[in-house]
Amino acid sequence: MIWLAKLGSITLLRLQSLGQLGLFVLSVFPALGYAFTHIRLLAKQVYFVGVLSLPIILTAGLFVGMVLGLQGHYILSTFNSEEMVGSMTALSLIRELGPVVAALLFAGRAGSALTAEVGLMKSTEQLSALEMMAIDPMKYVIAPRILACIIALPMLALVFIAVGVFGGYLVTVGWLGVDEGAFWAQMQLHVDWRDDVINGLIKAIVFGVLIALISLFQGYEAMPTSEGVSSATTRTVVQSSLWVLGLDFVLTSMMFT
Amino acid sequence: MSRQVKFEVWVGILVLITLLSTLFIALKVSNYSALQNKATYQVDALFSNVGGLTVRAPVKISGVVVGRVTGIAIDPVTYRARVVMDIYREFDDLPTDTSAMILTSGLLGSQYIGLEVGADDELLEEGSRIYYTQSALVLENLIGRLLVSLTEGGGK
Repeated sequence: MIWLAKLGSITLLRLQSLGQLGLFVLSVFPALGYAFTHIRLLAKQVYFVGVLSLPIILTAGLFVGMVLGLQGHYILSTFNSEEMVGSMTALSLIRELGPVVAALLFAGRAGSALTAEVGLMKSTEQLSALEMMAIDPMKYVIAPRILACIIALPMLALVFIAVGVFGGYLVTVGWLGVDEGAFWAQMQLHVDWRDDVINGLIKAIVFGVLIALISLFQGYEAMPTSEGVSSATTRTVVQSSLWVLGLDFVLTSMMFT
Repeated sequence: MSRQVKFEVWVGILVLITLLSTLFIALKVSNYSALQNKATYQVDALFSNVGGLTVRAPVKISGVVVGRVTGIAIDPVTYRARVVMDIYREFDDLPTDTSAMILTSGLLGSQYIGLEVGADDELLEEGSRIYYTQSALVLENLIGRLLVSLTEGGGK
């Protein structure tokens, strides 16, 4: 009997948080217009989530590209087709690794920071203070941050891809001696602007919306204690990463098959 | 410099880096230049087997790309594969007896359509059909034929 009650309560609890998320999303969308018109608020948030994530994106992009070049060369040289390393590196970066790894890093760097910031605002009653002054925290706090994530993540993914391709070039052409002309020519032959790059960018935008909603919802609904904020931050990273990976499979199966 | 100006300068730098990356991806990594809508005209051809031919595969004359495959479907009348291709307008002087073959680039490479230009006076135009076609070589069929000819040769 006890386990039945437990099952019921867990289901109700899940439904409740789903309902809260639904209400949160519904109240965010009307507030987004405010963020669009208040560019200074937006610029500050793009700085915090975008510019401050740039070092980690640049470093990770470079090394992911270099490793792809190295491993691709290792396996493709057994078929004497080292020139294909270029297209392999570029395609895997543009279609998958660019949007996905950038989103995972973004969730860890910017998403967790957003949750902690908003959670702390809640626990120090700054959100209530805003409401007291008749300022809607949805408009003033949440909406600019969501819009900043949606703007910043596709930008970071593009930078990640470009730096990754450059890393692959450094290793395969500079170090392993693949012909430079063949490297670029093969890449251009196989990478399609519309089918590959634009689809990769759409993925990044979807992940941006996802991470923004998860991290701000977790911050907004965090228990106003130090423990609550810390567990909300953990949940943000775990849930964002899992959702990004799961949704990536769905998007890939829709776009590239 | 006030904090707000600092934020805006850094966001400007981020936008600049993104634009440079996009330019690099568009011009150096992807075939963006090939997409700059060259005028084309559409012709089709029936093949009894297209093998591994895919949409967007190149159409070549003497190894030079003159168009792209835009559709592969089954012809409802003949039940053969109907391959639709867009040929660039600058190659609008191909005779109607031009023949199309499905070839493979290298031993393991991807498949493309090779056109062999004919000698007819009439020219291919929008909606024309190429009647002389040669299907893709299917390795299994080739090996089968080789085995048959070998065993026949052994019997004689």
